[in-house]
Amino acid sequence: MATINLNGRDVAVDLPDDTPLLWALRDGLNMTGTKFGCGIAMCGACTVHVDGQATRSCVTPISAVAGKKITTIESVGEAKVGAAVQAAWQKLDVVQCGYCQSGQIMSATALLASNPKPSDADIDAAMSGNVCRCATYVRIRAAIHEAAKSLA
Amino acid sequence: MNFRIENAFQTTRRGFLKGGAGLALAIVAPTVALAEVGGPGHAGSAMVDGEFSPNAFLRIGTDGTVTVVSKHLEMGQGVYTGLATLVAEELDADWSRVTVEGAPADAKRYSNLFWKAQGTGGSTAIANSYEQMRRAGATARAMLVSAAAQQWKVPASQITVKNGVVSHAASGRKAGFGELAEAAAQLPVPANVKLKNPKDFTLIGRSAPRVDSVAKTTGRATFTQDVKLPGMLVAVVAHPPRFGGRVKSVDDKAARAIKGVNDVVVIPNGVAVLASDYWTAKKGRDALKVEWDEAQAFRGSSDAIVADYRERAKTPGLNARNDGNAEAALAKAGTVIEAEYVFPYLAHASMEPLNCVMKLENGECEVWNGEQLHTVDQFSLAKTLGIEADRVKLNMVYAGGSFGRRANPQSDYLLETAQIVKAINGRAPVKLVWSREDDMRGGFYRPIYLHRVRAALDAKGMPVAWQQRIVGQSIIAGSPFEPMLVKDGVDITSVEGASTLPYAIPNLNVDLHTTNADVKVPVQWWRSVGSTHTAYATELFIDELALNAGKDPVAYRMALLKKHPRHAGVLKLAADKAGWNKPLAPAADGAKRGRGVAVHESFNSFVAEVVEVTVQKDGSFKVDRVVCAVDCGVVVNPDVVKAQMEGGIGYALAAALTGSITLKDGVVEQSNFNDYPVLRINEMPKVEVHIVKSAAAPTGVGEPGVPPLAPALASALRAATGKVIHTLPIGEQLQA
Repeated sequence: MATINLNGRDVAVDLPDDTPLLWALRDGLNMTGTKFGCGIAMCGACTVHVDGQATRSCVTPISAVAGKKITTIESVGEAKVGAAVQAAWQKLDVVQCGYCQSGQIMSATALLASNPKPSDADIDAAMSGNVCRCATYVRIRAAIHEAAKSLA
Repeated sequence: MNFRIENAFQTTRRGFLKGGAGLALAIVAPTVALAEVGGPGHAGSAMVDGEFSPNAFLRIGTDGTVTVVSKHLEMGQGVYTGLATLVAEELDADWSRVTVEGAPADAKRYSNLFWKAQGTGGSTAIANSYEQMRRAGATARAMLVSAAAQQWKVPASQITVKNGVVSHAASGRKAGFGELAEAAAQLPVPANVKLKNPKDFTLIGRSAPRVDSVAKTTGRATFTQDVKLPGMLVAVVAHPPRFGGRVKSVDDKAARAIKGVNDVVVIPNGVAVLASDYWTAKKGRDALKVEWDEAQAFRGSSDAIVADYRERAKTPGLNARNDGNAEAALAKAGTVIEAEYVFPYLAHASMEPLNCVMKLENGECEVWNGEQLHTVDQFSLAKTLGIEADRVKLNMVYAGGSFGRRANPQSDYLLETAQIVKAINGRAPVKLVWSREDDMRGGFYRPIYLHRVRAALDAKGMPVAWQQRIVGQSIIAGSPFEPMLVKDGVDITSVEGASTLPYAIPNLNVDLHTTNADVKVPVQWWRSVGSTHTAYATELFIDELALNAGKDPVAYRMALLKKHPRHAGVLKLAADKAGWNKPLAPAADGAKRGRGVAVHESFNSFVAEVVEVTVQKDGSFKVDRVVCAVDCGVVVNPDVVKAQMEGGIGYALAAALTGSITLKDGVVEQSNFNDYPVLRINEMPKVEVHIVKSAAAPTGVGEPGVPPLAPALASALRAATGKVIHTLPIGEQLQA
């Protein structure tokens, strides 16, 4: 039985230690906002924050996050940057199918937290690990700039 | 029970794909649909579970909330927003109080009016629902107005409705929908309601915000993958490595030894491991030792398939279109141009790998699924489970993309789930989860196609004959759609876009070789279906003819489109907006730049795209900008139309750049996003979308943005480098 610090609370997970954080969240804790897309850290749908860093939860075993602070899409809006990113996404109607967008928002929030005014090249570098098959990329880029503006 | 689409889908082939005949249907059918759900003149039955329910498509709560019931799947294309817009427009509802939920499976009430069966696809959602949803809203509005008139003892004609508020100006009385709901529910449902004059629209044409934005940006939207039932088991399946393989024997000792593995069952298409969570089930699946019976397995390779198709293309196929006499004109022509185009298998690769949740209890099957083909799935499941179709209940949840894949005519992954549930005698609900690798290797690809096109030119370089030969697998053969979509051996989805070539060419022949007897790879429609390949072959070839004639590609096309004003309209608009008549700005570093164009009609919508590229010395290139013009008739939501063009362009670009599933000795060589690369944000061009103002009947936008991109891109690359890409994907052909 592992204990993880999730969205500000310590919670117990009754799954083997090698279970990826993604499946601990989804199947163990019924926190389904974080999505399964590829299982090999190639699409970013499973992105969460571990101590503020954008992290692919599908390849991160729960044993590796002991003592670290995990933030998921369910609580990212409680902080200023995450809320601004969600608001920008809604204002520009970024989503289509929406399946990748939790991961996109987590990556975008981590970017803006460390770089309040990212250039297009910064956005490319930070966001190219997040795949969107609906190709909402034009709006993702615009929404990141929009969120940066609203936070300035 | 044998389900044939011809029984349920009573419409014409053309109506299915083109909306032509279907559209007439849409205008007469709403009254029928309303009659079936409580019906005109039916009094006192409209209050259901405390809500005013005048018809199957909306409910109004006593708190004023308007719930629109969507008969179509929301898989990203904005269907929930579009259908709700139609209802809210005629209802004069307050958009912020409108929510949407998915309809249950019920072909009587919720059929696609173009198909006469329930399902979403072919870019038909808005087109078939346009009148029906407006009528649903207008009916409710009329009843609310009547209720207010009775309560206030004023003439109904003096009552106005705006933003969810019913008012009578002279007396100053006002009421919200919620306050009037109960009284309205007691009134007869009017048989005929008047729809608004389009000039009075306040929502249609105005970009209402998406209804799913908040749920999808907060992690709260429910996809199939998120459904969890009490006692549910997760199933992960070992599939045969080659299509057509079967289980010979299985050693499941190691799998069963894993803590948490609940069961291992053999099903027709593999071996399923069940556990209470995915990770344990996957570990169990990976621990199975399965011996496969490959006596019936397909062992072909992509290279050999293409070589075989090239041979077949040397002899005439079955006729798909014949104007004049193309062969005779080619035989006596001074100049003949010829080209071959080759297209690979493509996976849909939606972000949500395939999955399905199913419960079998008391002879009733309940399903949670990103449900795209209700009626077909309902009948297929009933047959597999040995129950009546009305005992199959389908809960439609959001789909994390589909691009056609969740509308599988064989109901493949749903039946796989049913077989697992059956194998455990329904003792627990089951969630089937395919890994990304299962999804990518699971077949049902856009087929390999080969086109051979020849044209005879007159002295001015204009085409007098065009012969196009297409070779490939039929998507439709053997499916319930065959009676409707295959005529005289020609699957119209194999030739659409070529057989419908708009250019004025007196001698025009298109023929088809269908290879299903020999090539046993499961294939399926993929966003824009036949136009995924026919648009490339036709548009890149017409581009080559223009080049050969030394003419401007836009002017060359315009000369041949005099009888097709909507093609010409979008072509001119895209060219104008892109600054076609001005030279491209050169690249600062001496790299080459190029610009190309294509225009194509699919699903009754017309799209032209101008693509600009920069090619580096080493042959690597970047798509800088795409200027898109679209004519889809009346526009319900311009921002959603724009989003669909942006998304269609990105989806098409991924396929053009790198999309390719290859088979070697029957085994799929790709497995995940590492070896089936998809478009990423750094590769996404700037996209500008221009919408033609039109009063024509609305047509679809989910697919039509896709077809013109690849030929316009190839045309731009040719302009920059002189090289013509005859085989997709482009890959590293320019680096060679």
